[in-house]
Order: sequence, then C-alpha cells, then structure tokens
Amino acid sequence: MTILVSRLVQALVVALLVGAATFAMMRSLPGDAAWRIAAGRYGYDNVNAAAAEAVRAELGLDGPWLGAFLQWMGDLFRLDFGVSLVSGQPVIAEIGHQLGASLWLALAAVGLSLVIGPPLGILAGLRPGSLFDRTLLVVSTALKAVPQFLMALILILVLSVQLGWLPAAGYGQPRHFILPAFALALGLAAVNARIARDAMAGVVAMPFYDFAQWKGLSRAQVLWRHGLRNVSVPLLTYLGLQFVLLVEGVVVIESIVGWPGIGHALVHAVFARDVPMVQGTALMLGLGFVMVNALIDLLAARIDPRGAR
Amino acid sequence: MTAISLPRALPAGRTLGAAILAIVAVFALLGPVFVPGDPFAQSLMKSLAGPEPAAPFGYDHLGRSLWHRLAHALRLSPLIALAAVATAGAAGLVLGTLAALRGGWTERALVVLADALLALPGLLLVLIVLAIMPGTATGFWAGLSLVLWVEFFRLTRATARATLASPAAQAGRLLGFGWPYIFRTHLWPEIAPLMLTAAAFGTATAIMGIAALGFVSVGMRAPTPELGLMMVELLPYWREAPMALLTPVLATFALLLGLTLLAGGHRT
Repeated sequence: MTILVSRLVQALVVALLVGAATFAMMRSLPGDAAWRIAAGRYGYDNVNAAAAEAVRAELGLDGPWLGAFLQWMGDLFRLDFGVSLVSGQPVIAEIGHQLGASLWLALAAVGLSLVIGPPLGILAGLRPGSLFDRTLLVVSTALKAVPQFLMALILILVLSVQLGWLPAAGYGQPRHFILPAFALALGLAAVNARIARDAMAGVVAMPFYDFAQWKGLSRAQVLWRHGLRNVSVPLLTYLGLQFVLLVEGVVVIESIVGWPGIGHALVHAVFARDVPMVQGTALMLGLGFVMVNALIDLLAARIDPRGAR
Repeated sequence: MTAISLPRALPAGRTLGAAILAIVAVFALLGPVFVPGDPFAQSLMKSLAGPEPAAPFGYDHLGRSLWHRLAHALRLSPLIALAAVATAGAAGLVLGTLAALRGGWTERALVVLADALLALPGLLLVLIVLAIMPGTATGFWAGLSLVLWVEFFRLTRATARATLASPAAQAGRLLGFGWPYIFRTHLWPEIAPLMLTAAAFGTATAIMGIAALGFVSVGMRAPTPELGLMMVELLPYWREAPMALLTPVLATFALLLGLTLLAGGHRT
C-alpha cells in the first residue's frame, strides 16, 4: 500500500513539474510566440502581422502572470490540455492517435531485448568467468557505448542502403517494425544481459542452489524452479528503470525513421513551440513511467513476497 | 564472493578507457595545431574530396576540412558535458549531504523532486530548457545539469546516510568535531570513488544527448561542428564518401567507449 502512495505522490509532482516547465516555456519563448504559432499554422511564407495579432488575441498570449499560471495548472489537473496550437485539434485526440504507434514500437523493442539479452546473460551467469562470459562482457560493453540514434544510423546504412533488405523509414507494415525495434532493443539487451548475468551468478553461488542439485533435481529443473524466479526480480525492477531510456530512444528513433508516434510529435511540438502538445505528451510520458513502475513494484512483490516493504 | 563476481569490469578496462580518452583529447586539442586550418572555410571545388596534407581526413559536402571540424566538435560537446557534470555533481553533492544531515521535510521534499525528475525522459527536459534558454550551448548546459544532478544526489544521500550513522562518524561528532571536518574525513573518502564513476557515466550521457538531438536537427545549429550534426549532414553522401560519414561516427564511438570503460561498469 505504501508503494502505491509513494507512486501517487511521484505522479503528482511529475504533473506539477511538467505544468511549471511548460508554463515557463510558454512565457519565456525567445521571439514572439504569436508569430511562431501563426507560422506553424499557415506556413512561413503566409505570416503577417494581422495573422499574428489574431493568434495573440485568440490564445491570450499577453496578460498577468500569476492568474495565468493558476489557470494553467487548473486546466492541467482537470486534464484539459486544450487544443494544439498548430493543428487546432484537441491535444487529447492527437496524443491518443500517436500513443498507439509508439506503444507498439516500445513493446516490440522490449520484447526483442528480452529475447536477446536475458537468455545470454543467464547462460553466462551459469558459468562465471568462462570464455562465453568474458565475450559477452566485451560485446555488451561495446554495445552500451553505441547510442540508440547511432545504432539506427548503422542499421539503416547496412540493412537498407547497402543490402536493401529493409525499408529505411516508413510505417504501416510489419517489416517497418524490424529496423527501429532492433535499434532500440540492442542497447536495452546489452544492459539486460548484464543484469541477468550478475543475478544468475549470485544465485548459482547460493547454498540452496547447490542443495537443489544435490538432492537430485536435473539441471533444467534447478534452473527453472530456483534460478529463473530469483533472476526475474532484479530484471523486472531494472526493466522499469529502463523505461525512461526506452522513451528517450523512442523520441529519437521515431524522428529518424519517420514513425508517427508520440516522440516524433514531441520533437515537432517543441520545434513549432506548440506548448499544449508539449505539455500533453510530456505529462503522458511521465505518468506512463510512474504507472509502469507502480505495476512492476506490485509484480515484484508478488514474485518475491519476502521483500515486501 | 570474489570468484563469482570476477568479470564485473573489463580487465584493465579503466586504463584502456583512459588511454582512449587521452588519444581523443590530444587530437581535439592539438590536431588543429599540427595541421592549421579553419573548420568553417568552404571550398565547393573540394566537395567530398579525399585526404590531402592540409586536410588529413578529407572534406565534407561543402568542402570544409573534416580534420578541423572533428577537432572542434570533439572540443564542444565534451566541454558542455563536463561543465554540466561539474554543476550537477556539485549540486548533487551539496543537496545529497544536506538531505542526509537534515532529514525530515528537507529530505522528503528533495527526494520527491528527484524521483519526479527521474520519471521524465532526460532528453525531453533538455528540449524544454533549450526552448526556454537563449543560446544553444548554455541551454544544453542548463538542461543537462538539471537532468544529471539527480544521480549524484541519490548516490550522495545514500552514502551519507550510511556513513553518518556509522560509529566512526558518530564518535567524531561526540568528540566535538564540526561538520566540515566530518565531511572531509568520513564522507568524502566514501563518496569520491562513486562520484568518479557517476561523473564518467554522466559525461557519456550528456555527450550522447547532445549528439542525438543534433542528429534529429533540434540541437546545435549549422554551421557549428557538432558530432550528431556532422553525421546527419554527411548521411546523404554515404555512397559517394563513406569515410566522411564514418569519421564522426567512429569518433563518437571512441569517446563514448572510453567513458564507459572509465566508469568501470559499476552503475548503481
């Protein structure tokens, strides 16, 4: 129960931070926000003073400070994000549209990383210090040093430009998933494998693991009953923390491969100074993190009831 | 226990990492001294031309010397990253120690703030700060500092809590030593090695962030030589001049690999 309360407080402060940050962004934009928004709406060639004034009047861009802030936060907590300054559509509708695309990409990446990383890590952890263990360490260290955008760049150059196997960008067909999902998954898998390896090596060294083998269980049974369950808890907890890394990767990768998701929308919104969109997407990402971690807390407590705090 | 956790860090990994970083630093600082030149001077006659004595790495699509652009890029992002890490490290150290010393509401408020910042993707915060702050370099510095102090804060607070409760620190208090003395003799020796690892990771994170935002064209602006920006500029010419694109790619990889190795793989 205390877990949920602390997560609730975290969610509340996240909302406050996002509200304050986006308000500051709205207020202190360099240049005239009205001009920028008008340019975003009508195109840079069609902006004139009249259009900018119309936008200024419509959005109430000048006025007293504190009242505007309170109204801003009030709207935020009533989950009224307003309309996108650029497209004129309600922010909620836009986000709902984009969230799906991002969610599928993120799930594909996490799934892929879980297929690649932990099995290799567990294999290495069963024989710590072996050649395989050392090789995995070298490979995962090198992979960790490759940022996700660089991984995407390398995959695009090798798989699409040179070999022509996959489309470099695009959305809609299953094969469009492969490249961005791999670009995200390889970095995650490098860390997953290390976590699984350390946890597994720790479990193998425990007396209960030796005992289980000694009492006559087969290696597979010991691994299944005593190994995997103990490895899954640190892995799961780490997965929650990786969520932020994943979201960051999604923001960048989506922009590179033209994925119509929330990260792509966020970069565009920041670029066009579409503050309501920035607020909506930022809030969605922050609250998503808190929610995922609350679920993982609960799940971890279910798998390993000893550590219930 | 030593036997099972043997290959935690690469054997001699830290030395290797420091060596890689030293090579990169020597190139960045002395490269333009050995081969004088201008990273901004264009010559369209030499667009994508190969290496020559005046430009050992060849030319980019606008005929600018890649040797000089790379050297300047390798000064810019590490400089911003180090400035951000220094600011974040100082803030994290002060606030973490304060939280551990004071406890109560000070600690609770700081922890809640740090947890909330942890929930927001770092690049998102940097993007918002970039939109608020005038000047891209200062924006990166402020945004990255805001993101990175959380890690230093958490490390310092956790270590300081444990250390302050230790018999040695308690005895020091009872003997009447002041806080500066306690900090110097008891806290700092515990925290310093952790800070070095966190600083190496933080620098790597910052450099990655600057390059990633440069690559999606929302970071540094052209014609500033910046690693991510150079990659996205040279990407369309991959077929004509693959080496031109590989130059910033390999430099970024070397820089980040050096930092990762230096950190020693002891995260949290």
